[in-house]
Parts: sequence; structure tokens; C-alpha cells
Amino acid sequence: MESRLRFLFLSVAVLAMPALTGCSSLPFFGQGEDTEVADAPEQVIEPEVERREIVQPKIDTEDFEIGVYAGGMSVEDFGVNAVYGATIAYHLNEALFVEGAIGRTDTEETSFELLSGAAQILNDDEREFTYYNASIGWNIFPGEAFFGPGRAFNQSFYVIAGLGSTRFGGDDLFTINLGAGYRLLFNDVFALRVDFRDHAFDTDLLGESKTAHNLTGHVGFTFFF
Amino acid sequence: MSPRPNSCISAVIALVVVLAGTLATAPAAFADEKPLRTVEVADPYLEMHTGPGKGYPITNVVERGESVQIVRRKTDWFKVRTDRGREGWVNIVQLELTLDEFGERTAIERIGRDEFLQTRWETGIMTGDFAGSDALAVYGGYSISRNLSVEVWGSQLVGNFSNGWLGTVNVVHETFPEWRVSPYFTIGTGVVSTSPKSTLVAQEDRTDQVALVGGGFRAYVTRRFVLRAEYKSYVVLTSRDENEEVEEWKVGFGFFF
Repeated sequence: MESRLRFLFLSVAVLAMPALTGCSSLPFFGQGEDTEVADAPEQVIEPEVERREIVQPKIDTEDFEIGVYAGGMSVEDFGVNAVYGATIAYHLNEALFVEGAIGRTDTEETSFELLSGAAQILNDDEREFTYYNASIGWNIFPGEAFFGPGRAFNQSFYVIAGLGSTRFGGDDLFTINLGAGYRLLFNDVFALRVDFRDHAFDTDLLGESKTAHNLTGHVGFTFFF
Repeated sequence: MSPRPNSCISAVIALVVVLAGTLATAPAAFADEKPLRTVEVADPYLEMHTGPGKGYPITNVVERGESVQIVRRKTDWFKVRTDRGREGWVNIVQLELTLDEFGERTAIERIGRDEFLQTRWETGIMTGDFAGSDALAVYGGYSISRNLSVEVWGSQLVGNFSNGWLGTVNVVHETFPEWRVSPYFTIGTGVVSTSPKSTLVAQEDRTDQVALVGGGFRAYVTRRFVLRAEYKSYVVLTSRDENEEVEEWKVGFGFFF
């Protein structure tokens, strides 16, 4: 009777133990495993080989191109003047790039204003012509330009088109730009760019509504990073 | 008569002088040698082009067993230098067939769809029509989860009768982000400001709150780029008796990073 009770309590204790201690394996089986591990040969020499962290040098990428430019801009009816601005481009692949540009120029008086002497169509602030645009360019005709017998620079033509906005004559104008240019790379990071672009918008500044074409030619330097 | 054409030329000259100076001092700044990755050619030949593009001619080849150093990368082209000091540009497809220092295929970072799905930030530009006006929009977005993101939009509106600005904050739900062309839905709120054109009769500038609902598609193109097209319907909460309803269509591209 007594031994039966003891057996009962022991079994309850054994079964409850894992639950109480949170241990997942039964302690009796665990002990058996321990004795087997103790028989395994002891590791005498600790290997002193340190795990080497190999950091592979990073490859320099040059997919961005920033630059500044200056040149001349013919604003329809308002003369030809100096234009300057800045660009930033990202090269998607060898052929395509996307570019954001800003620029500004001051415009002159129209022929009418000059001849009439007094009449002023725009005030000084309105005469300032500023624009921004986002364009997609396509590099065509890649090749090399040779300067003397021992020097060759990479070059390519590109065609470019995009959309943007122009602030002129106290008005914001939705502007389409279209053009072509030439890029000459002095080395892998510096380039010379010559760019011709038409910035076209609809305007009714001089009374009747028309599409004004504003032709721009500029030279710029760009830096790849 | 006018000094302007001269100022044109002088602006260009000033630019050339300043940049020529930078150019002359630049090589010294770039001269310090950084460690470069070295790979071993495993294919019969590694073709070296004169420039980073298929259009540039192949002027050198490196034979199997020789090693080259990777100097720099431009899009999918890599400038390499041979043991003999020759330099040329190699396409990513060929470079991935070389072996690294462990004798394994060279692993090159490629930005692909997997990165696109894991990325958190996205920015882009879109253009289209906002109630008859031309809209130029720029946006920035942050993904909270794979499906949900928050976007901030700023648009310039250029119309025949009025110009304006639109700024909104949107919550975007992309239902199936893993689809190549994946639809999304959006709701948001913001502010629209319009001012009539100066050539028209004077009217007052207006700033109104807007609420919007919309949807669109995003399509992964290549590298870091996605194409987007979307439609949004706005309710302009005016101070007058009736609210205005405005529709907007836009297309554009995004850049994720």
C-alpha cells in the first residue's frame, strides 16, 4: 500500500517537474545524455585561428552627374541674353539619363518698347526669366575624340526632351524643352557639355495667344560622382 | 549698342576659367590609392571596351587566369586595370563570370526587383492634368510596411486662367506589391492655392483645403526606377456654398533608394 502511494506521488512529481521548471526534456533522460557526453574526448588544444573579416573594397560608382552651365538664351520678342544655371543627372544605363535643370536669364525690352520710348510692358521683376525642368536624355553615337597622336577622350551626342515650368512676365508657364547636345569626357569624372535647347510655351503676354520658342545654347562642365 | 552679348561671352569665359582651375587641381585630390577589388578571369577572354557602353570598340582582351583590378563603375560598366597597367571598360555580364579571391563567382551589387520590394524610400516626378491645368508634381514616400506607405506631394499647377500650388499628404495602400504592374489606392488631404493670371481681370487669390481619393499603378522598370500612372479625385472645401470636385490624371517615374 505504502509503496503504491510512493509510486503514485513519484510519478506525479516526475510528470509535473518539466511543467514547473519550464524544462522541455525529462530530467532523467537528460542525465543519461550527460554521461555519454562526458565520455567524448576532451579538446586539448584550442585553435587560435581568428575568423578574418574580409571587407571587399567598395567599387566607386559614378552614376550621378552635376554641373553648371552658361551661355546665351533668345527669349522670343525679348532679345538674346546671358543665361546660366545648374543641372543634376542620374544615368540609368549607358544610353539613358534623367536630368533636372534650373536656369535664369534677364530679358531686354521688346523692339516696340525701344521704339516707343516710354511704354513699358514689364517691370524689372517680371523681366527676369527663370525656369526649371526634368528631362530624359538619350546618348547616341558614342565614340572617341582624338587630341594629337597620343590622347583620346570619350564623347557622345545626346538628344534630350522634357517638361518644366517657366516664370516670366509675372506668370508661370508650362514649358516643353527639346534639344541635343554633346558631352566630351576629359577623364572618368569631368566632362564638357555643349547643349542646344528649345524651351517652348504658350503665352498671351503680347496680346494674342501664341507658342513662344526660346532657343538656348550653353556650355557647361559636369562632374560625375 | 547694348552690353548684353558681351556679358554672354564673359559669363562663359568666367565659367571656363573657374572650372579649368578645378580640373587642373583635381587629379592630385584623386591620386591617393584606395584598395581595389581584384578578380581573376575565368572565361577564355575578358573584353575591354574603350568606354562604358556597347558602342565603344573593344581594344584589349584579358586572357583566362590573368587578374584585373576594378577601378570604378558607371551604370553597368566597370573600368578595370590589368597587371600590365592597361585600362578598359567591361560589362557587368562578363564581370560576373570572373572569380573573386576565394575562387567563387564575383558578386556584383545589382539593383533589381528584390531591392525594390525591400526599399523604404521613394521619390519621383509626375506630370499630367489637374482640372484642365498642367500639373508638375514631385513626391516623396516612406513605406511603413510592404503594403502601406505615406507620401508627401507638391504640385505646381499651370493653367490658362490661373496658376497655383497643391500640397498633400497621402496614405497609399499597395495591394499586391510583388506584381510587376501593381495597383494601389490612396486617400489624403492637403491645401490648394490658386491665383488668377495677371493678364486677366483681378480676382482674389484663394487657399482651400482639399480631400482626395485615388488609385493608380506602379510598374518596376529597371535598376532603381518605377513608372507610375494615377488618377485622383479631389474635393476642394471652399468657403462658398458649394464644394468643388476636381479630377487629376498623372504619369511619371519614381526613383527608390
